[in-house]
Amino acid sequence: MKKQTNYSPEHALYLKKVRRGSAVVQIVRIGLLLVILGIWELIADLQLVDPFIISSPSRIAAMIGDLASDGSLFYHIGTTLWETLAGFAIAVVFGTGIALALWWSDTARRVLEPYIVVLNSLPKIALGPVIIVWFGTGSTAIVFMTVLVGIIVAIMNMLGGFMATDQNKILLLRSMGASKLQILTKLVIPSAIPQFIGMLKICVGMAWIGSIMGEYIVSKAGLGYLIVYGGQVFKLDLVMAATAILCVLAAGMYALVALAEKFLVKNSRS
Amino acid sequence: MNEQIDKNVVLEFDGVSMTYHTKTGETLAAKDMSFCVREGEFIAVIGPSGCGKTTVLSLAAGLLKPSSGSIRVRGGKTGAEIFGYMLQRDELFPWRTVEENIFLPLEIQKKNTAENRRRALDLAEKYGLGNFLKHYPDQLSGGMRQRAALIRTLAIQPEILLLDEPFSALDYQTRLSVCDDVYNIIRSEKKTALLVTHDISEAISVADRILVLSARPARVVAAHELEFGSTVPLKRRESPRFSVWFELLWKELNI
Repeated sequence: MKKQTNYSPEHALYLKKVRRGSAVVQIVRIGLLLVILGIWELIADLQLVDPFIISSPSRIAAMIGDLASDGSLFYHIGTTLWETLAGFAIAVVFGTGIALALWWSDTARRVLEPYIVVLNSLPKIALGPVIIVWFGTGSTAIVFMTVLVGIIVAIMNMLGGFMATDQNKILLLRSMGASKLQILTKLVIPSAIPQFIGMLKICVGMAWIGSIMGEYIVSKAGLGYLIVYGGQVFKLDLVMAATAILCVLAAGMYALVALAEKFLVKNSRS
Repeated sequence: MNEQIDKNVVLEFDGVSMTYHTKTGETLAAKDMSFCVREGEFIAVIGPSGCGKTTVLSLAAGLLKPSSGSIRVRGGKTGAEIFGYMLQRDELFPWRTVEENIFLPLEIQKKNTAENRRRALDLAEKYGLGNFLKHYPDQLSGGMRQRAALIRTLAIQPEILLLDEPFSALDYQTRLSVCDDVYNIIRSEKKTALLVTHDISEAISVADRILVLSARPARVVAAHELEFGSTVPLKRRESPRFSVWFELLWKELNI
């Protein structure tokens, strides 16, 4: 549709109002963060609470600067990022693939359903010792943990999406003489794209849970390692710094998925 | 039956029965059903709700196999080769443009040639969708969507159209005009059509012949040839004969 360009004065006023409204939200949003950081800094500076316990924004910044100057910051970020992204990608690809297979075969689905339900309820961290024994103490173990946390959620979400395909549309395709493969490619997959985006968003969270949890159990590097190490030696600045970086990375990854959503939805309009 | 009539029969149900099996039991949906559809004819099948009208269409289209009896199609063709199926809702795919929706059956049947696409587009053009080809279904009105669904059905040049209460999802106003619109297209494309509906007035306004089904298990209890001067649905609704037919069919349905 063409974008309207010549507005009536009332409409221009309305648009101005809408724009001003969202500007206010933006300003308040950033202001809120600054206020919280300011109060935190003040409490620490005035020694109202021991900064050794609560750290402070300036100490966190200094810690990040220290870590960056000797290069170890990027090493730890790189390690965790790699583990998270690898685990995320494997969980999404295999999870979607397995969901497709389960959609295709009624029998396989009925056989495997209880196993999936049990695996979903199982706290994956219980498998920690087994994973260490099988995969050692390197990144492989952590990637495996990440996959484990993400893949069941991916399977269940996508299978739900595939199974929810409009029965009438399937009937329509069958009446045209469509094969099962055609029903899959022309209808089931395109109509599950919103579900796929939703699954990606959930899996971003799951992947970070998996990688940090994995690093808690067993690791020599990574942000999870820094957090655990900082906690053990009572360096709260380190714990807070690693956590802050984690926040930024997780938000960044989520933003990338949101960007992918815009792209996919523009091309699918579903 | 003589030779001449036989040749004109495109679809024939001969003693067809249909039983559905579920875990909790079996349901006899149709019993000993016999009728035939002649070329170019517009047949409406009416019956009380839940009597198995949709079953008739699914059987004809080959989506279901009859438990007993036989269904014959002229030339021994089956399913998608000869039938175009229109459902209660338009079922346009929201992620495809109108044009892409119309091409869908061509893709499915691997007939997606330039010539076939051209013919489908000509139909769309002829029936007023020309300016909407690049639009998405959610940008169209209910009536336009139904029209797009009909053009999609016609794209593979089916000999027989199977219509399953194709307007029941529309509001009454839209329904009258869309009904008029769509049936005029079907008439002018000279298609054979089998419509199932529970709407008596819709059946009277469009059909050449009406079959009345009983409550489940469905049997054909009456068949009527309608004689109207006009094939225009809205004209028929104004005819004095309309209410006579309505009353008769109403009684037959409620026996």
